[in-house]
Amino acid sequence: MAEGKARFGTPLKIPGWVNYALVPLVNLFAALLISGIVILIVGDNPLKALEVLLYGAFGYPEAIGYTLYYTTNFIFTGLAVAIAFHCGLFNIGAEGQAALGGIGTAIVCLYLDWLPSWAIIPIAMIAAALFGAAWAYIPAYLQAKRGSHIVITTIMFNFIAASVLTYLLVEVLINPAGQSPESRPFIEATWLPFFHDFLSMPETPLNISFLYALVLSGGFYFFVWHTRWGYEIRVVGQNETAARYAGISPSRNIILAMMISGALAGFVGINEIQGVQQRLIIDFTNEYGFVGIAVALMGRNHPVGIFLAALLFGALYQGGSELAFEMKTINKEMVIVIQGLIILFSGALEHMFRPRIEAAYRRVATWRTVEAG
Amino acid sequence: METFHIIILLMDATFRVATPLVLAALAGMFSERAGIVDIGLEGKMLGAAFAAAAVASVSGSAWVGLGAGIMASLALSALHAYACVTHKGNQVVSGMAINIVVAGLAPTLAYAWFQMGGQTPSLGGDARFRSIDLPFSDAAREIPVFGYIYADLISGHNILVYLAAAAVPICAWILYKSRFGLRIRAVGENPHAVDTAGISVDLLRYKALAVTGFLCGISGAYLSTAHGAGFIRDMTAGKGYLALAALIFGKWRPVPTLFACLLFAFTDAVQIRLQGVELPIVGVIPVQFIQALPYILTVLLLAGFVGKAHPPKAIGTPYIKER
Repeated sequence: MAEGKARFGTPLKIPGWVNYALVPLVNLFAALLISGIVILIVGDNPLKALEVLLYGAFGYPEAIGYTLYYTTNFIFTGLAVAIAFHCGLFNIGAEGQAALGGIGTAIVCLYLDWLPSWAIIPIAMIAAALFGAAWAYIPAYLQAKRGSHIVITTIMFNFIAASVLTYLLVEVLINPAGQSPESRPFIEATWLPFFHDFLSMPETPLNISFLYALVLSGGFYFFVWHTRWGYEIRVVGQNETAARYAGISPSRNIILAMMISGALAGFVGINEIQGVQQRLIIDFTNEYGFVGIAVALMGRNHPVGIFLAALLFGALYQGGSELAFEMKTINKEMVIVIQGLIILFSGALEHMFRPRIEAAYRRVATWRTVEAG
Repeated sequence: METFHIIILLMDATFRVATPLVLAALAGMFSERAGIVDIGLEGKMLGAAFAAAAVASVSGSAWVGLGAGIMASLALSALHAYACVTHKGNQVVSGMAINIVVAGLAPTLAYAWFQMGGQTPSLGGDARFRSIDLPFSDAAREIPVFGYIYADLISGHNILVYLAAAAVPICAWILYKSRFGLRIRAVGENPHAVDTAGISVDLLRYKALAVTGFLCGISGAYLSTAHGAGFIRDMTAGKGYLALAALIFGKWRPVPTLFACLLFAFTDAVQIRLQGVELPIVGVIPVQFIQALPYILTVLLLAGFVGKAHPPKAIGTPYIKER
């Protein structure tokens, strides 16, 4: 507080932990409080629900495996939404891009499975990225060149992607031996190694794509804050006019950011299709793309924050399914409510608590300096 | 005569599908003309659909249900205004948050209150808006063409369809001829000028969003108590977004927006008729493709045919006095 005292009248600097830890926690608390009220309304005990949820998410080794498996998906979609946010774009299409990523992975695993394992796994990853990026390219191009509102086009592309996936599964890729709309199982050479293959832990869907997501988070940090491309994307996001004046092409960066975003969302396909299901199924995207919005907002578009927010949502998904199992009046839609409330409080209402918290911090800090002096 | 009959049937279906779109698009018009982006039309419709169906099934009256739907939609609209106007939050994020909250909340409450797997009980009798036969429709059916159109196309809808039809000229009048409408248009173009004239920007935007909530409420109630017979989860299926696209395609003006809604609704009506039909040259079109048709059309329209659209100048930016 020495500098704060030094010059009279200068505004007190708010330390990082207030903005990056305290404010998100208060927002999270508000969202959970309202969710608790909803649980009260439907006639259950919110505290017991919280207990079941926490135990279901972290209480035993198997639960932790499941939580981290969900976390993986949310890191992918959270990073995807975040890179678009850095460019000033709101990508609601991560859901559709994830679906396309899964299709890309599946096509490689179904038709190139004569390749050796060490070749097919990277090729499947590249395919997931390419398919996701291509799906994001069209709305990005339309936004950059034709001015079509990217929010609406990406939403429409979600619906179209769902139709494409259903069509492929019903008419083209369907397993001839089965009735349900799903492809034939992939052969074992294409599978991603599970954690329980080389660690002594119970069987869970957690696979090496979790490590891949962590590596990508590091890459994301480096790309956004330490490369020219990342810098250009952020400039466009901050101020398009300034970017243009500085010789940075907004349309090029919009397309670049959206394609990276699509590729990141596409990696959900790796975790889900190649890692866990080992065949292409319908609706495997399971709202991961929409949760990505909440993850990016809560994580303040920074990989560390995104990891923590993804972990939170991983716990909510895993604990939530336990909750739906344990408590009669609560089903898995409750998780969607919590997710929406988190988007509301940490996104739309971000200016509600922050000024007050900052003011309170200032008051406490000045009071402390006065005490000390 | 056969083609004529099919066309009348298609038009009839078009009117039914267009009704919620028109009401929602007009709702969006008030919000967007006042400078507030409203992605949350979808959520408000869904919330209203649930509230209307739930209350109608309990009270047995469609009108009470309609009132509840409007109240639910107004509440969500007020939340949107609280986030975007009072706290200057991001309008798109706020709308999306509302959509997601409602998408979860409606089935959760339905599940808890009715124990029917996230639905409300099927409505019948007075709990639903029934179709009205306009006077002389039976007699007029004998008259070729015009009488037939009157009896089979104009007559025989429920009251909310006529309400939607009436809402277009009424909203156009409010927007272009009333003082309230003038102020709304002004606050969406240049809030500073409105503020300088001594009118509260925030209050005006709250009022505009109240109109939005009101119209969205009717739109949602139509879905569950007039068009359908009860609430089912995700029953809006992107209609709020389509309405928003129609509004943009109609360049934020009431009458072109009406035609855009009719176009979307017509695609939907054709879509239902095309399923499984063998067409010359192309053969049977896969059903998934046909179902995606309205969404593909939306993207194409937004991409190509809008031309130079002039959105309200201040749209999407919260109003801060000092600037």
